[in-house]
Amino acid sequence: MHWVSNVIVALLIVGAAAAARHAARDRFWRENAIQLWRRRGWSLGVVAVYLLIALADSIAWIDPPSEANALTSGRPRTIIDRIFQPETFKEASYSAPLASIAFYGGQPLAHPGRHLLGTDLLGRDVVYRTLKGVRVALLIGGLTSLVVIPIALVFGVGAGYFGRRIDDAVFFAMTVLASVPTLLLLIALIMVLGKGTLQVCIALGVTGWVQFCRIARGETLKLREADYVAAARALGVRDGAIIRRHILPNIAHLIIITFALSFTGLVLSETILSYLGIGLDGSWGQMIDQARNELSRTPVIWWNLAGASLALFVLVLAVNMIADAMRDIADPRTRRELR
Amino acid sequence: MSAPLLSVEGLSIAFPGEDGPVRVVDRLDLSIAAGETLALVGESGCGKSMTALAIMRLVPKPGRIETGAHIRFDGRDLLALSVPEMRAVRGASIGMIFQEPMTSLNPVATVGDQVLEAIELHADVSRKAARDRVIELFGLVGIPDARRRYGAYPHQLSGGLKQRVMIAMAMAMRPRLLIADEPTTALDATIRAQILDLIRDLSARTGTAVLLITHDFGVVNEVADRVAVMYAGQIVEEGTRVELLGRPRHPYTQGLLRSIPLAEARGRRLEEIPGIVPRPGHWPAGCRFHERCPHVFAPCVDTEPSRTPLSATHGACCHLVAREAAA
Repeated sequence: MHWVSNVIVALLIVGAAAAARHAARDRFWRENAIQLWRRRGWSLGVVAVYLLIALADSIAWIDPPSEANALTSGRPRTIIDRIFQPETFKEASYSAPLASIAFYGGQPLAHPGRHLLGTDLLGRDVVYRTLKGVRVALLIGGLTSLVVIPIALVFGVGAGYFGRRIDDAVFFAMTVLASVPTLLLLIALIMVLGKGTLQVCIALGVTGWVQFCRIARGETLKLREADYVAAARALGVRDGAIIRRHILPNIAHLIIITFALSFTGLVLSETILSYLGIGLDGSWGQMIDQARNELSRTPVIWWNLAGASLALFVLVLAVNMIADAMRDIADPRTRRELR
Repeated sequence: MSAPLLSVEGLSIAFPGEDGPVRVVDRLDLSIAAGETLALVGESGCGKSMTALAIMRLVPKPGRIETGAHIRFDGRDLLALSVPEMRAVRGASIGMIFQEPMTSLNPVATVGDQVLEAIELHADVSRKAARDRVIELFGLVGIPDARRRYGAYPHQLSGGLKQRVMIAMAMAMRPRLLIADEPTTALDATIRAQILDLIRDLSARTGTAVLLITHDFGVVNEVADRVAVMYAGQIVEEGTRVELLGRPRHPYTQGLLRSIPLAEARGRRLEEIPGIVPRPGHWPAGCRFHERCPHVFAPCVDTEPSRTPLSATHGACCHLVAREAAA
């Protein structure tokens, strides 16, 4: 499976480069990007660091078998794995951050003073585990948004633009979904689909598209009556072209903002799923879930919780701040004041 | 007179109301010859914009054009065309300019690209040729520095310039008919004169007929060849500009003309037409103007007046005019 994620990484990099090139050429996107950079350069930097970590954890390859790597031979290892070498870089059990002796028993550690955030019950380095969680978090947020946004756009814009029966059908679907408790539906879906990254993303997507669909529908309903849409009709433009050229560009800012906001919501909801025992392996949610028992020990074992929570908190804060800035930029009223 | 470019016969537009459909335009007849400018004048809500949209077959839902109407354009009945055929007519053979230049352009696309869209839609030309055509059009409609303005966004242009862009868009395919729905209402007085000059000039140069919808007799006087006055969904008087402005016969037209503020009448109270425009669906029986008419007499109350011809081009729907003509 490792080559699949390698291909996806390559595609993502190519796609991002193409998007960046398009944005740099188009004045509208370029100006907005500059505005965003000026206001939220820090947050963008933080998100970039997370992205780099996730990328480093997605590119994997298998070493040719040899004496030196007998422990890992045959298994693909990512760049992060190669840096931390979890096969050897581990202790017997808990150890405090930067400690040189084990937490229980006081035995000397194999790597004294080198575990920046200590080790967990199984002696694994907490920094390593936290960094591994980045990829899972971005996968959940990103992949689910990729499921949600197209569904919501097709249904929302279709319902708003064509109205009547399509609108009725979409509204019915939304109402039905909204009448089932989200958490219950999530659990049921994961029970049916099974555990796994893709399954959890689909489950989150199925329950999460309603809100964005509503926004897209409302906005399309408004834009459908816009004078420039009437003008386009009077020029003989087809419905498809009107949606593509006049409606979608005018809700693009909404799409991006919703993407950013739903992203953080999804990352957080994975934590809740982990709490219920149906989260993803290696996620921050699981680390936090395990930390429940550790908090009741004396002296308290806080580093597991701290590592995962801090990483989660910083990511969610940075993305939310970017979304907030994007909303300001997209709204001409708040934008003009700052010019 | 040869066959007109556009002839509308028996056009009725109805919207569903609480007690069945309500007509906003009622059995309207209208014709425009090639190259001619017809001004359609009337108060708000008399159905003039709906008439324009009906010609484009763009009456907003749930309104609809009632059966029995014919809109003949260039030898074809527009109401009988299929949807794709009609789409080919829009923009290519009939162009339209709207009242609000401020909101009639897509805010996130450059004005050049929006005019480009109009050209690429109807003409099979290369991107480069279409682009050159846009810049040429911008020059034609008097947009200074056309090459640079191609990449401008609507918010970077003034209202007057935006309306010029709209005109460029509507005229991109050299349509045979241009429908201008109150094109100057949202503009300053000085810009208004410029835009009217531009429309008149373009129409003369390209031979495009213009259906100008307005409530402003100043505009009518400046550009119209013929004038049709609309009241409560019908045309009550039509004639050449000279006939209609010089010798208005219908009491409604007379009233409208008297209610224009004039420089020589300064200090005197402006005359008004008593009462209000009846709402669609609440039109009185007989002559629809009789409740507000100063000359009302017996037949007005219960008999609908028919058109009384006054000359080859002049006609009015009024019992008083009919009686005077008969006498």
